Amino acid sequence: MTRAVALSLRRIGAMVLRHYYLMRGSWPRLLDLIYWPTLQMCLWGFITMFFQTHSNWLAQAAGVLISAVLLWDVMFRGQISLFLSFLEEIWSRNLGHLFVSPLRPSELVVAMLLVSLIRTLIGVGGAAILAVLLFEVSVFDMGLPLVAFFVNLIVMGWSLGLVVSGLVLRYGQGAESLAWAAIFLVQPVSGVYYPISILPDWLRAIAGALPSAHVFEGMRAVIIDNTFRADLLFNAIALNVVYVAAGVFIFLAIVRHARVHGQILQIGE
Amino acid sequence: MAAPVIRVDSLTKRFGNVVAVDDVSFTVAGGQTVGLLGGNGAGKTTTIGMLLGLVLPTSGTITVLGEDMGRHSHRVLPFMNFSSPYVDLPQRLTVRENLTVYGHLYGLDDLAGRIRGMARDFELDSFLDRPTSKLSAGQRTRVALAKALLNQPRLLLLDEPTASMDPDTADVMRGYLEDYQRRSDATILLASHNMLEVERLCAQVVMLKAGRMVDQGAPSALIARYGRRTLEEVFLDIARDRTRPTAEAAQ
Repeated sequence: MTRAVALSLRRIGAMVLRHYYLMRGSWPRLLDLIYWPTLQMCLWGFITMFFQTHSNWLAQAAGVLISAVLLWDVMFRGQISLFLSFLEEIWSRNLGHLFVSPLRPSELVVAMLLVSLIRTLIGVGGAAILAVLLFEVSVFDMGLPLVAFFVNLIVMGWSLGLVVSGLVLRYGQGAESLAWAAIFLVQPVSGVYYPISILPDWLRAIAGALPSAHVFEGMRAVIIDNTFRADLLFNAIALNVVYVAAGVFIFLAIVRHARVHGQILQIGE
Repeated sequence: MAAPVIRVDSLTKRFGNVVAVDDVSFTVAGGQTVGLLGGNGAGKTTTIGMLLGLVLPTSGTITVLGEDMGRHSHRVLPFMNFSSPYVDLPQRLTVRENLTVYGHLYGLDDLAGRIRGMARDFELDSFLDRPTSKLSAGQRTRVALAKALLNQPRLLLLDEPTASMDPDTADVMRGYLEDYQRRSDATILLASHNMLEVERLCAQVVMLKAGRMVDQGAPSALIARYGRRTLEEVFLDIARDRTRPTAEAAQ
C-alpha cells in the first residue's frame, strides 16, 4: 500500500528534465528568467538612490526597497514559474500523454514546484547578486531570516500558482489573463513597499490573512529595526500551511473535474 | 481460459444531456488486435479516453489487465501506452529529448539503447535531434508511435495510428504493429477510419454508433453477416442505417 502512494523521484526528475530541455533550447525563456527581476531591481535601486538624498526615512532604510523588490519577485517568480510549467503542457497539448503515463497528478505537482524553485533561484538569485555589485545592497545580510522569508514567499506563490493553473484547466486558455493578474491583486495588500499600518482598517484585516504581509513586515523589522519578529514568521508559516493545502486540493480537484468532463483530451486545442 | 485484457461492463458516459457512450459492454482477449469503429461522434475517442483513465465514466466499470481502472489505474498504466491525434509531444523538445523524458516516466532501463532501437525501427535517425515542431505530419506520427511503443506495452491503444502517413510509410507501420503484436503477444485496441487497415490488422471489430455498440465480430464474419464484400460497405450500411444483418444474409 505504501508503494501505491509513494512518489517516484525518477518520474518527478523526468518532468524536471523536460523543463530543463525546454529552457536549454530556448534563449527567450532563459532571458525571461533574469530579465524582469533584474529590471525591477535596477529601477527600484535608482529610485532608492534618489530618495537617499531627499528623504531621511529612506536614507535610514537604504536597501528596504531593493530587498522588497527582490523578495516580492520570489513570490511572483514562484507563482509564474509554476503556472508557466503547467501552461507549457497545455500549449504543447501534452497533458493527455502525461496523464496516461505512470506520472501521478501529485508527482506532477511536485515536479512543477521543483521547476519553479530552480527558475526562481536563478532569476532572483542573479538579480540579488547584481544588487550587491550595483548598489551595495545585499539581501544576504539578512542572514537566516532571509531563508525563512524566501520559503514563505515561494510557498505562497506556489499556492496561488496551483490555483490559477487549475483555473486554466477548468475554464480553458481564456482564463490565462486572469491568472497573470491574480498575483498583482495581493501586492497592494501585502505591504511590499510600505507598512500595512498605513492601509485602511478593512484592508489591514485582509492583509492579516496573507502570509506575504507578515513576511514583508518581518523583512522591514530585520532591515530597519535589526529585530527578528518570530511572531510574524509563525503567522506566515501557519497561514501558508492552509494556503498550500488549499492550493494542492483545488488543483487536484480540478484535475479530477477535468477527467469527469473529458477536458484533458481537448485542452490546448 | 485466460481473463480478458480489457473488460468493459455497461459503460456509460454523459456530458450534460449528451450521451457520448451508452451502456457499452465488450471484452478483448489477450494477444488480439481489436478495432473500435464508428463514424464521427460515435464515442470511440471517449471510450479510449475512459480505458486510459483520462475520462471518468458516468457509470459502468472498466477492468484492464485485471485491475479496476476506476480505482487502480496506476497499477496498469506502466504496462499501457497510447497514441492519438488529439495529443502532441512537446514541440520545442527534440525527438530524442521527448523519448528520454517519457522513458524516465515509464521507468525504463537502458533508455539510450531503447531509443536507438526505436529510432532504427521507425526510421527516426535522420531527425532524432531535431525539434518535434520541425517534423512533417508523417514524421510526427512515427514519433508518436515510437513513444507509444517505447515501454513495450502489454496493451496499446491507438487512435488513427497511421493518419497523415503516406501509403508506403503507413504500410511499413502496419507491418511493424503486426510484428510487434506477434512478438510480444500484446493486445492492441485500434480506432481507425481506414477500413483496409482494420481488415488487415484486426481479429475482432466493435462497431459503435451514436454511443451505442451496434455490432461486433471478426471482420470476415461481419462482412458475411451483412452480405457485403468489404468492411467499408458494412461500415456504410451501419452508418446509414441501410440494412440490418439477417439470417439470410449471413447464409
